[in-house]
Amino acid sequence: MVLELQKPRPIWQIMFSTHHTDVGLLYLITSLGFLFMGGALALAIRAELFLPGSQIIADSMTFNRIFTVHGTTLIFLFIIPFASAVGNYFVPIMVRYKDMAYPKLNAIAFWMIPPAGALIWLGFADFTWYATPPYSIISAPGPAADMWIFGLKILGVSSVLGAINFVVTILKCKHPDMSIGQVPLLAWSFLSSSLIILVAIPTFAAALLMLLTDRLGVTGFFNPAMGGDPIAYAHLFWFTFHPEVYVLVIPAIGMMYEIIPRFSRKPIYSFNSGIFAFVLLSIVGFSSWAHHMYATGMSFTEKTVFMVGTLAAVPASAMHVYNFIATMWNGRIKFLTPMMWSVGGIALFFSAGAGGVANAAMPLDFTTHDTYWVVGHFHLFVMGTIAFGSIGFLYYMYPYVTGRMYNETMGKIHFIMSFIGTVLVFFTQHVLGLYGMPRRIFDYPPIPEWIAMNQIASVGAMIIGVSMAIFLANMIYSAGKGKPANTEDPFGVGGKYYYPFEAKNPSH
Amino acid sequence: MSGHSNWPEWIYVGVVVALMCWVGAEAWEAERLVEHVPADAEVIKVTGQQWFWSFEHEDGTKEIGELHVEKGKAYKLEIHSKDVNHSFNIHDYVVLMDAIPGRVNTVWFAPTDVGEHDIQCREYCGLIHYNMRGTLIVEEPHS
Repeated sequence: MVLELQKPRPIWQIMFSTHHTDVGLLYLITSLGFLFMGGALALAIRAELFLPGSQIIADSMTFNRIFTVHGTTLIFLFIIPFASAVGNYFVPIMVRYKDMAYPKLNAIAFWMIPPAGALIWLGFADFTWYATPPYSIISAPGPAADMWIFGLKILGVSSVLGAINFVVTILKCKHPDMSIGQVPLLAWSFLSSSLIILVAIPTFAAALLMLLTDRLGVTGFFNPAMGGDPIAYAHLFWFTFHPEVYVLVIPAIGMMYEIIPRFSRKPIYSFNSGIFAFVLLSIVGFSSWAHHMYATGMSFTEKTVFMVGTLAAVPASAMHVYNFIATMWNGRIKFLTPMMWSVGGIALFFSAGAGGVANAAMPLDFTTHDTYWVVGHFHLFVMGTIAFGSIGFLYYMYPYVTGRMYNETMGKIHFIMSFIGTVLVFFTQHVLGLYGMPRRIFDYPPIPEWIAMNQIASVGAMIIGVSMAIFLANMIYSAGKGKPANTEDPFGVGGKYYYPFEAKNPSH
Repeated sequence: MSGHSNWPEWIYVGVVVALMCWVGAEAWEAERLVEHVPADAEVIKVTGQQWFWSFEHEDGTKEIGELHVEKGKAYKLEIHSKDVNHSFNIHDYVVLMDAIPGRVNTVWFAPTDVGEHDIQCREYCGLIHYNMRGTLIVEEPHS
C-alpha cells in the first residue's frame, strides 16, 4: 500500500504527499533514524563509564553535550514521532475516515521535525534535557543553548498541530455509525495523549520563551541576580513534562492493546476499563509534577500533596496491567515477535511502576533523587515499556507497510537480546543508585561496587546495540527480499487483519 | 460488553488503592519525623559554587572541601549557592538538599560513628560537576 516496493513511486511523491499513510511513513523513517542516532550516543556514554577515568571521550564538556543530545533525541525525536507515525497510519482507518482531518497541517507538522532535529544536533547543547536555570542562563555556552531552545520550540509547535489533528479526526471525522465508546483503544490512546499535549505544551512554550529572553539579558524571570526564581522554571517545566511522560507511555499502551487480544485470540477483557484508565491517567498526570522537586526546599504540606497526586496514578496504570493479563488468561496465545515485545514490555512496565512508588514516597526520594536509581527507573519506562511497545508494534505493522514479512527468527533474537540487555543495564543502574552514584557524571571515583556495576550495565548496553544492528538488517533486507505477506491475515492468528490493505492510496 | 463480570477487577483496584494509602501514610509519618530539627542543633552554613563546597561553623571557622563535625551532635545545615543550582549530598547519612541561588534551604543530621564520608554534588552544574566532591570527617567529641 505504501512503500509499494513492487511498483516503486519516486521518493518526492511520498515526501510531498499529504496522505496519512505517506506522512506516517515519513514520521516512521525519521523516528527510526533518530533512534539509531540517539542509541549511538547511549553506547558512547556506556563505553565511557566502563571504567573510571577517561576512555573514549576526551573531556567532560563533550560528555555533558552527549548525554543532553541523547536524551533530547530519544524523547522528542524518536518516541513522539514514532507515536505520530502509528497514529497517522491507523487512526483514520480505525475511525473509518479517508484521511486525517487536516491533511496539509499534518504534513506541515511532520516537516517541522527535520529542521528541529538539525538545530538540536548541530548545536549539541550541554545543559541536560531540563535546561535548568540559572545554569542555562548564565553559564551554558551559546549558540548551542539557543539552538536547543529553538529546536524544542519548533518541536512543541509540531506536537500541538499533530494533537489538534488527532483530536478533530477522532471526535469529528469518525464514522456516524460509530459511537465514541466503540472507537478502538489505540485511537482512544491518541485522543487522551493529544488532549494532554494541548493542555501541557503551552506552559513549556512560555517557559522556553522566558528562558530565551533571560539568556538575552532582557528579562530576569529565572535569574536570581535579577530578582527571578529558578524554581519557577522547574514548576513550569515539570507541569509540562510530568504529564508528557504519559503522552509517551499512553500510545505505547494503546499499541499493546492492539496486539495482545489479537495474538491471544480473545477479545479484550475490559474495553471500558481501558478507556477509563486512559482518561484517569491523563487527568491525574497533572497532579504529580512536583515530585521531581522534593529536594528544592518545598514545604512538608506541598510535598504531601504531590506525593498523594503521584500515588494516584498507580491504580490507573495497574488497571492496564490487569487488563492485559486477564486478556491473555486462557487465551490461545501465539508467541510471534510482536506479542513477545508486548509481553516483555508489560513485565518491565510493572517493574518500573514498582520502582516509581519508591520515588514518590518522600523520605525514600532523598536516597534515590538524582542518582542512577532515577536513571534506571525512567529508562526502564522509556526503553522497557515505551520502546518495547513501539518496536513490537513496528513488527506488527511491518507487513502492512511493506507488503512483505520480516524474518521471524531474527525478530525473536532481537527481542531476547534486547530484553536481557535492558534488564542488565537498568536493573543494575537501580542498585548503583542505591550505592550513591550521582547521574550525569563524566568520571567516578574507583569504588569497587561502582566499577563492577557500571561494567555490567555497559555490557548490557552493548548487547542491546548488537540486537539493534540485527533489527536494522532485518528491516532493510526484508523490505526488499522478504517473503510476500498474506495480506488477509499475515500472522495466521485468524480473524481479519482489518486494515484495508487493498485500498490503494486514493489521492496519488 | 464482553459478557463477563468485572468484579475481580474492582477487588484488584481496591487492593492497589489500599496499598498506595499504606505507602503514603508510612512515608508521611517518616517524613514528619525526619523534618523535625532538634532544638540544640548547631548551625553550619554550606555554600556551593562552581565547583566546590565551602563551610562556615557557628564559631566562625571556615573550611573548603572538608567538613569536620563531632560524633553524637546534631547539625543543621543552611545551604546556599553563589551561582547555579547544586545539590548537597552526603549519601551515607541520606542528607540531600538542593542549593538554589537566592534561597536558603535547611537540612539536618546527627553523625553516629567516627569516620569519613563522601560529600558530592547531585545536581548538574556544568563542566566539573562530576568532580564537585568533598569529605565529611566525623571526629570524637572534643572535651
